[in-house]
Amino acid sequence: MAPIPKEEHILATTSACPGCSSSLSLRYILKASGPDTVLVIPASCTSVIQGMYPHTAVQVPVYNIAFAAAASCASGMSAALRRAGRGTRVIVYAGDGGTVDIGLQALSGALERETDFLYICFDNEAYGNTGMQRSGSTPLGALTTTTPAGKVHPKKEIDRIVEAHHPPYQATAVSAFPVDLYRKVEKALTFRGPSFIHLLGPCPTGWRFPHGKTIEVGRMAVKTGAWILWERVHGVLAVSAPSKGPLKNPVPLQDYLGMQGRFRGIPPSLVERLQGEIDLRRAEVLREAGEA
Amino acid sequence: MFEIRIHSRGGQGGVTAARLIALAAFRDGKHATATPFYGAERRGAPIIAFARIDEDPIRIYSQVQNPDLVVVLDRTLVPVVKVLKGLKPHGAVLVNSGHAVTLDHQRVHHVDLTGIALAEDLVIAGEPVLDTPVLGAIARLGVISLESATKAIAEMFQDPRNVTAAERAYRELVL
Amino acid sequence: MKIIATGNYAVAEAVKQAAPWVIAAYPITPQTEIVERIAQFVTRGELACDYIPVESEHSAMAACIGASAAGVRTFTATSSQGLLYMHELLHWAAGARLPVVMANVNRAVGPPWNVWADHTDALSQRDTGWLQVYAATAQEAYDTTLMAFRIAEDERVLLPVMVNLDGFLLSHTMQDLATLEPGSFIPPLHLPHAIDTAHPAAYAPLTGPKDYYRFRWEMERSMRDAKRVIAETEEDFAARFGRRYGMTTEYRCEDADVLVIAMGTLAKEAEVAVDRLREEGTRAGVLRIRWFRPFPKLDLAGREVVVIDRDYSFGFGGVLAHSLCSTARAEPYSVIAGLGGQEVTHGDIASFVRDRRPGEEHWFGVKADV
Ligand SMILES: Cc1ncc(C[n+]2csc(CCOP(=O)(O)OP(=O)(O)O)c2C)c(N)n1
Ligand code: SF4
Ligand SMILES: [Mg+2]
Repeated sequence: MAPIPKEEHILATTSACPGCSSSLSLRYILKASGPDTVLVIPASCTSVIQGMYPHTAVQVPVYNIAFAAAASCASGMSAALRRAGRGTRVIVYAGDGGTVDIGLQALSGALERETDFLYICFDNEAYGNTGMQRSGSTPLGALTTTTPAGKVHPKKEIDRIVEAHHPPYQATAVSAFPVDLYRKVEKALTFRGPSFIHLLGPCPTGWRFPHGKTIEVGRMAVKTGAWILWERVHGVLAVSAPSKGPLKNPVPLQDYLGMQGRFRGIPPSLVERLQGEIDLRRAEVLREAGEA
Repeated sequence: MFEIRIHSRGGQGGVTAARLIALAAFRDGKHATATPFYGAERRGAPIIAFARIDEDPIRIYSQVQNPDLVVVLDRTLVPVVKVLKGLKPHGAVLVNSGHAVTLDHQRVHHVDLTGIALAEDLVIAGEPVLDTPVLGAIARLGVISLESATKAIAEMFQDPRNVTAAERAYRELVL
Repeated sequence: MKIIATGNYAVAEAVKQAAPWVIAAYPITPQTEIVERIAQFVTRGELACDYIPVESEHSAMAACIGASAAGVRTFTATSSQGLLYMHELLHWAAGARLPVVMANVNRAVGPPWNVWADHTDALSQRDTGWLQVYAATAQEAYDTTLMAFRIAEDERVLLPVMVNLDGFLLSHTMQDLATLEPGSFIPPLHLPHAIDTAHPAAYAPLTGPKDYYRFRWEMERSMRDAKRVIAETEEDFAARFGRRYGMTTEYRCEDADVLVIAMGTLAKEAEVAVDRLREEGTRAGVLRIRWFRPFPKLDLAGREVVVIDRDYSFGFGGVLAHSLCSTARAEPYSVIAGLGGQEVTHGDIASFVRDRRPGEEHWFGVKADV
């Protein structure tokens, strides 16, 4: 495997909150895609993280677009670039709200039309930019400013929705394993047509944990199996290295929930339910990957 | 009209402090407004907030240009932000600091709000709470009454240590 | 009860009093606090309503339409891009004659992104058939929201109402607020065309050229009647609660030689400018346009007028200035100021008046030679 390039395409300091996992992720994503890349960004924390006019922290073109429209905007851009004979990588970097809620229609359309692009959903499990309201991707039981007693609806399974569109490449990632993220972006970009990466983004501000614990929280998500790292190439699922151990011997979910203020006061019955769902999901992934 | 400008960093409670001042002044029987000025940045970025107090209803929405009082909740802002900008000739300055401070050759009032918050164990998400203690110091400057200051705090916060901290800042302010 | 509250909280408090049964809303800066507050009220059981956390503004307005068609009181709140994303359904709510009430926290529209105060969002929706009103204080936002439900639901109106408040300047400024018990001020909603399986009908079906215009004319007739309903409602509000606003509000206009005309907080700030100008010997006054739809009937022929627009219609001009040119025979000095939260002080407003050039347009901040 080629070493990770030294060149940076995003400044070391951005306008993100201290400890934000998004800046770190963008760093590795851009290293993998290189300078011949356009980032398409719908309204999200990234609208702020990139900096304020006349400054920018990102050294590839950043195309900001209306909240619901990232995937369709990227469709047009990709078509234009390919027609002009250019291989420029078109990467949508959208939040969970911009993906599973308001942007879902555009995403579905772009996947179905086999748009040549990479769509990355940075999932901090809420509307971060507007101050942490619930999204369709907020987990059951989590406190947000619009679910002051904990969310009553389970997290929407965007990966299954995407899977139903049969993209050639699909993966999950988390900022706490940046090399895994880097390799996945690199691989995604070798496919023609749509690829999709679902990136879990621990968010100290919204999840209410100290900003020095971002990596630890991300690792714990994997250790508990709350977040499973895998990739699916032409429909075939493979578990990624960091998840192999935890899939067989996970630590209790409570260890992950307990690190985060957003799960404070969550009733034990709910933890049990969440644990049960994770156990089922683990078994499913193992079975599908032929490792059961 | 009495106009106040508060300098802080996002997450330190400058906006809440302005709101508490307005509420206290309102409890003093006056008219008051509190306005934050948000940039687009996240936690830790410099933020300003304004409070206005008057006998008559306040009709001004634009930013305070010539404050009667400037409050600096974070001393590390002094080299970064022009905290004295537009200060009235006899305007007062209050800085969160454990020792005497001079700004532009001007002696300023100081009190160790961070120390008080830590001593009272008023810490949220790792950050000492400054918005409630500072109210005591502002009351000591005569801008609002201590009674209304504590009332305002009790209205907005349940934890009684907030009131204790404000009373302490009232006593410990170095004029 | 006397409290202090931001414009956003004031709206949320009023909504609590009006007690809609269905609220569907989507967060956007600087409206978010309204949604969060309402979510709290509902969680704490202070407001018995179904709060639907929809996945977009398009769905927020569609959900309000569905609920309103079922005959219940509805509310939503938005701002800027969110309002624009609703556009199709704004026409729908009005054309379907549904008394939805919405708070719109005025904010600039992109690109470039900007979250600060600007009236272009609401004014670009002026032809959708919604009543539009602009508040200038938290108290007024509160009072107007209460009145909005009664006006929208009046059988002579049955059109949706948009209550506007300036982003951050009003939405986030804490001020005095006296809350009240509306009691019988807002009667229960009786929607004559609510869906009813006992009387099946098709709603908004395909309608040919022979009939379509009649539905449009009905809307316009209701818009005209709305002026009377607004006047009655404001009258009753004043009688019960002691505060009076009107289609427009006037400040020191009686003997004024020059009028400053604006909407929202800028017009409040202009009062301070007018006091200053009078000290200098200029007899100025402020005419604040509160209801923008229906538009007030004014006659400004021969008057010296400075109109401040926090908006712009490209290739045309300031929307308020031109509305007054075409309906009130005004020949204003048209100032474009405050776009995207541009700072405009009472001192700046006083200089607009001092430097006025009737019939001309001035972009605040742009040098004359550009
Ligand atoms: C049509 C529209 N509605 C609402 C908004 C306000 N808004 C901007 S970003 C955002 C939330 C973004 O959440 P998400 O997509 O999860 O990204 P994050 O901020 O968490 O990174 C919202 C609601 C908008 N810009 N446009
Ligand atoms: S809110 Fe969360 S995701 Fe957004 S910038 Fe802050 S830490 Fe990052
Ligand atoms: Mg998000």
